[in-house]
Amino acid sequence: MNNAVNFEPYSAKELETDQEIRWCPGCGDFAILKQVQITIPKLNIPRENIVFISGIGCSSRFPYYMNTYGMHSIHGRATAIATGLKVARPDLSVWVITGDGDSLSIGGNHLIHILRRNVDVNILLFNNQIYGLTKGQYSPTSELNKITKSSPVGTLDNPFNPLALALGSGATFVARSIDKEARHLQKMIERTHLHKGASLLEIYQNCNIFNDNAFEVFGNKTSQKTNAIFLEHAAPLIFGDKEDALGIVLDAYKPRVVKMADGYSENDLWIHDEQDIFKAQILARFFDTEDFPRPFGVIYAREQISFEKAVQNQLEQEKVQKSNIDLSVLLAGNQTWTVN
Amino acid sequence: MAEKIKSIVIKFAGDSGDGMQLTGTNFTTNAALFGNDIATFPDFPAEIRAPQGTLPGVSGFQLHFGSVEVDSPGDNCDVLVAMNAAALKTNLKQLKKGGLIIVDTAGFESKNLKLAGYAPDQNPIENDTLSKYQLQKIDVTKLTKETLVDSGLDGKSVSRCKNMFVLGYVYWIFGRSLQSTIDEITRAFTKKPELRDANIQVLKAGFNFGETVETVAHKVEVAPAKRESGTYRNIIGNHATALGLIAASVKSKLSLFYGTYPITPASEILHELAKHKNFGVVTFQAEDEIAAVAATIGASFGGSLGVTGTSGPGLALKGESISLAVSLELPLVVIDVQRAGPSTGMPTKTEQADLLFAMYGRHGEAPLPIIAAKSPADCFEASFEACKIALQHTTPVILLTDGYVANSSEPWKFPTEKELQEIKVEYVTELNDETFLPYKRDEKLARNIALPGTKGLEHRIGGLEKEDLTGNISYDPQNHETMVRNRAKKVKMIANYIPELEVELGNKKGKVLVLGWGGTYGSIRAAVKQAISEGKDVSHAHIRYLNPFPKNTLELLNSFEHVLVAEINTGQLAHLLKAEFLLHVNSFTKVQGQPFAKHEVYEAISKFF
Ligand code: SF4
Repeated sequence: MNNAVNFEPYSAKELETDQEIRWCPGCGDFAILKQVQITIPKLNIPRENIVFISGIGCSSRFPYYMNTYGMHSIHGRATAIATGLKVARPDLSVWVITGDGDSLSIGGNHLIHILRRNVDVNILLFNNQIYGLTKGQYSPTSELNKITKSSPVGTLDNPFNPLALALGSGATFVARSIDKEARHLQKMIERTHLHKGASLLEIYQNCNIFNDNAFEVFGNKTSQKTNAIFLEHAAPLIFGDKEDALGIVLDAYKPRVVKMADGYSENDLWIHDEQDIFKAQILARFFDTEDFPRPFGVIYAREQISFEKAVQNQLEQEKVQKSNIDLSVLLAGNQTWTVN
Repeated sequence: MAEKIKSIVIKFAGDSGDGMQLTGTNFTTNAALFGNDIATFPDFPAEIRAPQGTLPGVSGFQLHFGSVEVDSPGDNCDVLVAMNAAALKTNLKQLKKGGLIIVDTAGFESKNLKLAGYAPDQNPIENDTLSKYQLQKIDVTKLTKETLVDSGLDGKSVSRCKNMFVLGYVYWIFGRSLQSTIDEITRAFTKKPELRDANIQVLKAGFNFGETVETVAHKVEVAPAKRESGTYRNIIGNHATALGLIAASVKSKLSLFYGTYPITPASEILHELAKHKNFGVVTFQAEDEIAAVAATIGASFGGSLGVTGTSGPGLALKGESISLAVSLELPLVVIDVQRAGPSTGMPTKTEQADLLFAMYGRHGEAPLPIIAAKSPADCFEASFEACKIALQHTTPVILLTDGYVANSSEPWKFPTEKELQEIKVEYVTELNDETFLPYKRDEKLARNIALPGTKGLEHRIGGLEKEDLTGNISYDPQNHETMVRNRAKKVKMIANYIPELEVELGNKKGKVLVLGWGGTYGSIRAAVKQAISEGKDVSHAHIRYLNPFPKNTLELLNSFEHVLVAEINTGQLAHLLKAEFLLHVNSFTKVQGQPFAKHEVYEAISKFF
């Protein structure tokens, strides 16, 4: 089903549906929906070939607001459903909308396996570090000691580092963005689509009702400068104020933040290489301590045959190998006898 | 002169590493090709290699073959092959008085005796324990070694050929050709010619041993059975299920997607399907049972014929996703090869204990059709039928088979591609209303399905309650009631599209009707046949469609004074019948992880006379 030939361009507006949007006013989900609706028309995918699949959670209402094909499924299983759909229909552009509870708690198993298999599905993980739909319990990405409705005296479980988990699962595309950075988010959505294989884009999303400002340090233009670093392939790791620029150097495998003013040039710095898994592992660890800025952008991207493609190749091979076997031959098997 | 006998029950028993399943399967193929009617019952231990020589480690394969119609694997054996003391001990009580026992004497050394719980001075093949039987002592281990003395094979490989000696000897007793097994060995060892030659050599040695040595055993002839003309093959239930799915895929022109997670006793369906990717079959071995069904739902949403297979524990895990499929009203086939439970239970043993679970094991009101296969070959038709119902009525369907039917085999008069009916599936491909209405229904109440990729019909579906027609989210109270009732009615209406329940054996009305479902078919048929031959007014009907019941079910049950519902559980079908029809039925049940023996059903029938 190659519809690319009679592709009719459509606008962001045409991707909207007549369904009333049920998110709380001010929720970060609105911004993400908007960036998706702005970006997708630029990707040259026929609208009918796009499928959004979600699980359960605030963000998972998303498919109802996209005028494409869609399925709002059950908690945690969107990645598994998307796997089946993409394998059955490699011609479709399949997107998963999921949250931190949906994909890292109840659906954790399916997330690591879709990444390991490298199914060409675009996973947008809306991370708000809280359970919103069930009204404010801590999630698997909530920080330690967090006070929530279900942890009035503080949480005791360590949060997941989603990107390190993804890399550990063998993901071939891992990126991070944030609801407040419209342009960056658009670019990341596009990259997510362009990658042929499982792509995980973690999006920091503000839940202004139950976990307001959880990512403020990364979203606020001032604090962002020293707390976030926006990665570019082949560019040095540099951040901070223009006047007071900071850089990251790599001593053997140990990263270190340096002041550019201390006599460092860009040539001394760590140059980002999206395809370097070892460096990606270190970048993903800019999470555990506050010594390093939080990286945004494509942390890792490496092309590798996608699962559904491998499945199709194997089917084709078998069809050629066993072209003489039709259903009647199959049903008869190896040994038959005839009664007259 | 060979003695002529109508039917024989033979049991091959040995250590789970002795190759008894292979021996049994080979003899089965041989008997089938010869034209005997057959019924088999493989009975394996739970562990792949339970401790050698122990009672739990005994693996058995029972075969009933005859020149007459053979309905069940048989209650008692005429011939018992025991490769060691434990195999003898576990199976002796099943042997008929005067029956033939063939033992490998090497399996009765003091170590074996101890493991089997015999005192060292109580070797059953040396004292008079077996005086009521004919005992044939052969040092199979030694004779196999001698046969292969020049083969250059290592000890382990030599020892692995023992079963072929026994098989060759049994072939001699029944005057059979070795050809089918030679073919089988040749196929199995294409890449290992030395093993091929060794196995064939030992097989022949066993046969020649019978020919040259004076033995207590004499030649027995079991003539071919008379049966409907046609071309037959032998098939086990799980393979028949797999072929039914492929046939449904070909006949519906949809690709088959089989999502599953390995589980006993269902895995063989996966193994079989994985061999036939040339039919476009995708086998997806998922990370767990939930992913297996979820991925299948995804494939079904994309327009594949989506099938997921499992056993009881897996069905439990799939529950939420099956409810989703009920709500989405997408075609989905869920195969439950039932095993004995609860929990892990006895995975290698059979039971029919998931009927109520299949019926009610979902949250909310989530009815779905249930059908059951009655015999190994019938798994083909049942799985074909399950696919047809799922596709044409836009619903998940549960197909129940069981461990017994799944692993047993019988002759199958297989169809050709042409003889199978088409399965017509209609998707919506263009806009017929102002907007696309995914929950608009046809006369069967099946909903409009448009596949992703269809221009102009973009729409969203989901697990939240849907507005009638549009499929949009709706919390409207009246709408919910409409949707719940529509989904239920759609399933109920399937009764208009399935055949009526028929009396298979005996009078159409009368004193006692034995009603069964699923894998008990053969034993019930054999028992009812015996009762009828003694002049008893008994009939047999077997329900394939357990939800909804065939339209005439009540009428048929009311045509008998007594209804005896026989099943391998504590009375689940009886429960459903009572609930549905407020009807008194008698229940005959057994829950031992074993199929019914014919005499058990016969005795239950006899109580009415
Ligand atoms: S609860 Fe939080 S995440 Fe959910 S819609 Fe409201 S603001 Fe957004």
